[in-house]
Amino acid sequence: MARATAFAFRKPSVLPGFGLTLGFAVAYLSLIVLVPLAGLVVKTASMGWPEFWSLATDPRTLAALRLSFGASAAAAAMNAVFGLLVAWVLVRYEFPGKRIIDAMVDLPFALPTAVAGIALTAIYAPNGWIGRYAAEAGVKIAYTPIGIFIALVFIGLPFIVRTVQPVLEDMDREVEEMAATLGANRLQTVVRIVLPTLAPALLTGFALAFARAVGEYGSVIFIAGNIPYVSEIAPLLIVIRLTEFNYAAATAIATVMLALSFVILLAINLLQAWSRRRLGHD
Amino acid sequence: MTDVTHGAPVAAPRAFVSPATERRVVRIVLVLVAIAFLAIFLFLPLISVFYEAFRAGFSAFLRAVTERETASAIRLTLLVAAFSVPANLVFGVAAAWAIAKYEFKGKSLLITLIDLPFSISPVTSGLIYVLMFGAQGYIGPVLADHGIKIIFAVPGIVLATIFVTFPFIARELIPIMQAQGSQDEEAALSLGASGLKTFFRVALPNVKWALLYGVLLCNARAMGEFGAVSVVSGHIRGKTNTMPLQVEILYNEYNYGAAFAVASLLALLALFTLIVKSVLEWRYADEIAATRRH
Amino acid sequence: MNALASIDSEGSVALGEPVDVTIENVVKAFDDTPALHGVSLDVKAGELVALLGPSGSGKTTLLRILAGLDAPTAGRVLFGGEDALGLAVQDRNIGFVFQHYALFRHMTVFDNIAFGLTVRPRAQRPSKADIRRRVLGLIDLVQLNGLDKRYPTQLSGGQRQRVALARALAIEPRVLLLDEPFGALDAQVRKDLRRWLREIHDRTGHTTFFVTHDQEEALELADRVVVMSKGRIEQVGSADDIYDSPASPFVFGFIGESSLLPVTVADGAAVLDGVPTGLSAPGAAAGPATLGFRPHDVVLVEDDGPALRGRIIAERRHGARRRLELEVGREHHRAEIDVEVGAPRPEGGRIAFRPERWRIFPPR
Repeated sequence: MARATAFAFRKPSVLPGFGLTLGFAVAYLSLIVLVPLAGLVVKTASMGWPEFWSLATDPRTLAALRLSFGASAAAAAMNAVFGLLVAWVLVRYEFPGKRIIDAMVDLPFALPTAVAGIALTAIYAPNGWIGRYAAEAGVKIAYTPIGIFIALVFIGLPFIVRTVQPVLEDMDREVEEMAATLGANRLQTVVRIVLPTLAPALLTGFALAFARAVGEYGSVIFIAGNIPYVSEIAPLLIVIRLTEFNYAAATAIATVMLALSFVILLAINLLQAWSRRRLGHD
Repeated sequence: MTDVTHGAPVAAPRAFVSPATERRVVRIVLVLVAIAFLAIFLFLPLISVFYEAFRAGFSAFLRAVTERETASAIRLTLLVAAFSVPANLVFGVAAAWAIAKYEFKGKSLLITLIDLPFSISPVTSGLIYVLMFGAQGYIGPVLADHGIKIIFAVPGIVLATIFVTFPFIARELIPIMQAQGSQDEEAALSLGASGLKTFFRVALPNVKWALLYGVLLCNARAMGEFGAVSVVSGHIRGKTNTMPLQVEILYNEYNYGAAFAVASLLALLALFTLIVKSVLEWRYADEIAATRRH
Repeated sequence: MNALASIDSEGSVALGEPVDVTIENVVKAFDDTPALHGVSLDVKAGELVALLGPSGSGKTTLLRILAGLDAPTAGRVLFGGEDALGLAVQDRNIGFVFQHYALFRHMTVFDNIAFGLTVRPRAQRPSKADIRRRVLGLIDLVQLNGLDKRYPTQLSGGQRQRVALARALAIEPRVLLLDEPFGALDAQVRKDLRRWLREIHDRTGHTTFFVTHDQEEALELADRVVVMSKGRIEQVGSADDIYDSPASPFVFGFIGESSLLPVTVADGAAVLDGVPTGLSAPGAAAGPATLGFRPHDVVLVEDDGPALRGRIIAERRHGARRRLELEVGREHHRAEIDVEVGAPRPEGGRIAFRPERWRIFPPR
């Protein structure tokens, strides 16, 4: 009996350790990730709809969510442009220092967010290296939503570069030559041939950068100014509610964030599956 | 675009530009714009960390990082990493082995679940442990009755760190192990090696660089994690403050020099991680090619 | 014929008119490694020319230079008397087909074919209705009716090849350039498409170059075959010229099956390792030369006069006959001959034979 079910569950293999490794992996996953996450779901469910709704639609919460999602989308869009540019020059051109720059693109992955946060604040504060000149021009960067945007650009950059880079490396140059023989100038080739081919990778990178930015906390709170309704991001509001021991409100915000992120990621995944089917690479 | 002049006696010889690339001036402009962007968004913040850390001189820096509470934060950070990295290492290897070497139902679901912590805000990660183990949590009161404290204590910090760094090692190992297939292990078994021997002598050496990189990345994140740890730590000075939290406290006390001094240590760790990664990539490009994505 | 009528109805006269192509002393060096050593060739308007050679012979390099995808290090290329090298690839008005088609994967068959027309400057761009009419005409010409809304991944290899050709034809090129056009297809599809390409060429009359390493394809399809080796043209001629009167041992060896033996010419006859072969060498200068013959042009002879002698080292069935692998002469040169399946195996594997047709090539 047991043999039969095991057989149906997995293809036979001569390698030992399937039960042990999978069992351990699933148990660990459940303990560390699934059970605690289930706690969040149970907490939300136990609230009851009216309470949840009033917490989720609290004006301060809505303002924070709007800011988090809006700034994240803007930062991911900025990164889509410049990340593509960085990936492009790294793959297509030769220039001095290329290897170092290639390696440094991962800095936001490796640098602790709090360190990035205080460093960006130091630069963009009104007396900072860049903030000083912005202030002279009458623009305040740190302690405003612009500062949040800049921090989110910083942490999102590698996602775009590292998803676009391999696709660009694998891209068939003959397709571009083909377009040229058909009379397309370089700009037409890039806009009508290269960019559509990169679009799925760009979209993936955008989604990853966006998802990361929505939840980002450490690099933002120093530069944000954290003024309710103006520059207070949703993760910070969760922390504030927690310090007030208002677990219900914290849970409601976290649930809304999770749900919104999943909906957006799901939409992007579907869009991608569709385009991948059409382009036929998988 | 076209500069064909039909009347001209001789077409001016011009540098040939491959139609699959841009003109030289365009290439130069694009490289410069990219470098300018990276300089402002990547290099400048990194430089500013070290500049601020050493602005008051090296002795001030030394004083700052050896100060009692900071030293205790450094010790706690090392302790947290010493727990969470091995835990995720064992999990990563086990999960990668099961996923890469066998075909079974629900495999892609498992992969998705492993990635889950990536798409959850660190603050939410902390929150779920507070809901579970906090004073008003599901099992927090029971544990408290037995004298076990998790939230606002070291165990909570370790748990939150494990959660946040959960996917790193598995994610590095799975693609490379999948790409390698199982022939080597099958060959070893057919030659009479035991299962364990096959694992330690064949399977692990095959993925050693990806494993090393995964461990380094996991370690860098574990030591640098801020949001999740911030929620569960309680910020008890000298007790539950890790290095990133200490940076925040010093910064909020306007003790900028000390804040950047501690930050510079974390930045050094990040740089070290990147350097090792790059060296591994250059030397073992083929082996690591499969694990490029994060 | 409808398809052609719609293509011809395009107003511009200069476009699409087949032109003479003159290649003068074209040299190409990649990082100081020469890929083409002074190649010259005259091709008349409307000719279908095969560039035939092994890989590394420079045939694809030459094709890419004609297209403007690469620039030669020295030399001239004229399209209808006009300097083509001064023109960027976009302005050269050539139709190119890559071996792997290089179709635009995110575009339908229709959009792929229409691409060349839609990227024209506004003043020269046909109207939407015109583009539609011409693309559908081309789809009809390449027999892909009803597939215009498909994406390339939904097509078979042969269908993709046809889309690639239609796309190249859409811009009404003066010269059509095909790089191993059938290289990626199954044997049967290859044969069908080969015949079909010949028909299309006869109907549209473009000056056409196609690169191939497949001699059968080249001999069957082309008006003239250009045999290339190591960056040089070895011979230019019709299929009959190439097969029957090969200009060099390379051509002889590359086209059809052959055996080549190093001989010496003395008193108007070939001598192998000091032994007379009985094969005359009319007109050949005395001294070292290469003797070439084809395995099926050989008869066995009695071992008592001038002949080629060898020892059988292997034999295998070869179609209707049996092929013998021999070591010939004192220095054990390799050669192959065909004999009747029922031929008795000689004692000790020793055998004497004489080619009925052979060629003597002077040393290079």
